[in-house]
Amino acid sequence: MIEVVRPGPLATVQDLGRPGHAHLGVPRSGAADERGLRLANRLVGNPEGAAGVEFTFGGAALRFHEHAWIAVTGAPVPLCVNGRECGTNAPCHVPEGALVEFGTPSSGLRSYLAVRGGVEAEQVLGSRSTDLLSGLGPAPLSSGDRLALGSSAGLVDIAVDFAPTPPLAETPVLRILPGPRDDWFTEDAMATLTSASYEVSPDSNRVGVRLNGPALTRARDGELGSEGMVTGSLQVPPNGLPIIFLADHPTTGGYPVVAVLESSAVNDAAQLRPGQHLRFRT
Amino acid sequence: MRVLRAGDAALLVETEDLATALRLNAALRDEGLPGVVDVVPGERTVLVMADTSADLDRLAARLPQLRLPADAADDADPVEVPVVYDGEDLDEVARLTGLSSDEVVRRHSAAFYTVAYLGFSPGFAYLTGLDPVLHVARRASPRTSVPVGSVAIAGPYAAVYPSRSPGGWRLLGRTGLRLWDETRDPPSLLRPGTRVRFVPEERS
Repeated sequence: MIEVVRPGPLATVQDLGRPGHAHLGVPRSGAADERGLRLANRLVGNPEGAAGVEFTFGGAALRFHEHAWIAVTGAPVPLCVNGRECGTNAPCHVPEGALVEFGTPSSGLRSYLAVRGGVEAEQVLGSRSTDLLSGLGPAPLSSGDRLALGSSAGLVDIAVDFAPTPPLAETPVLRILPGPRDDWFTEDAMATLTSASYEVSPDSNRVGVRLNGPALTRARDGELGSEGMVTGSLQVPPNGLPIIFLADHPTTGGYPVVAVLESSAVNDAAQLRPGQHLRFRT
Repeated sequence: MRVLRAGDAALLVETEDLATALRLNAALRDEGLPGVVDVVPGERTVLVMADTSADLDRLAARLPQLRLPADAADDADPVEVPVVYDGEDLDEVARLTGLSSDEVVRRHSAAFYTVAYLGFSPGFAYLTGLDPVLHVARRASPRTSVPVGSVAIAGPYAAVYPSRSPGGWRLLGRTGLRLWDETRDPPSLLRPGTRVRFVPEERS
């Protein structure tokens, strides 16, 4: 069992979410940076979709009441086990009673903890993910919470010592594809989107990354009927500033989607920090 | 039918109207095409989300060839939603429409509704079929908390709040019927195409 001594700014249990229920208004949710969670799980021999913990801006401390193998991925964060430094992107043994502490990430936003055997939490619609938009799944972690660990029986052996990952870019360039409603915008708008620099707004969260920068001009007025939205959509509300939809985005929306991130770029978008600059390219 | 790309793992199919969107949704659910993870109807669209293994070009070519059922509405009897019509906005809706409160209730409970699509929150169904006289704009300032079971209207739609949430729709009444229960399978009583009626109930 793991005890949350302090969760940091925001810590939630996440797996790969609740696909298959979007037609009922259920967001997919799951790890915002899915690549990070999958890697952490692989490093400790878990199935990639086992539940772990998503930390936002580090800052957490966990007491392990049983020994365990862990791996931390995503935003690179100073990691200490009983005060001794431990590398990220690598399996690490935690003795019974040890305190695991997360510093502040040097880059990126969200770090992922996988524990061999997975983290146990009640499943809702087949997932243990906390969905901050709909309220499905466990509440965000708070001090004193206890997380049971799953069994490691039948898991593959831990076989990798370290998984090198490329550093997160200081000014990421995210690959986009034209969106289903790109014709709602002027040609200038598309040129602006792919040439200007945008800044991440502080009111970004797991639902979406809000951006500040040049507004995109619409080529037509009128209202779009509500339609299904995918993760990575750049939805443009009337103020012209795109919002990148992340894991907890609403299943339908009525504002036009000018472009959609390539699937792999969604992971990079989930690592954007407030104030950070980014660009888009096709 | 126009098939648009929504990124590298989804297609957005535009249909001429809602009925066609619901028929395409029904066909896709029956067909169970390989690699399709989610099928999400909208007002005049169906979003088809695939996993990374799916070949989007093939899927895009396949969609217009699907045989659509003649009528997507559920064959089942309509879901009857018992309503106590004592909503906070009932009098205001009467004033906005120039009807008496009783007439608002009569018209709301006389109509036959169909679930167009769900969104906003889990189990929140947008019901079409509302009497055009009752089409009123949503409130200028949304309530921060609308109680679970609130029966409401806004624009061309009727709905029941499946859980407590913020909301700007006009509240006509309330129901004790549980629309959303995550331990039930399926968790939502209302699904795209489900037919619905509202049945007035005595005050309790």
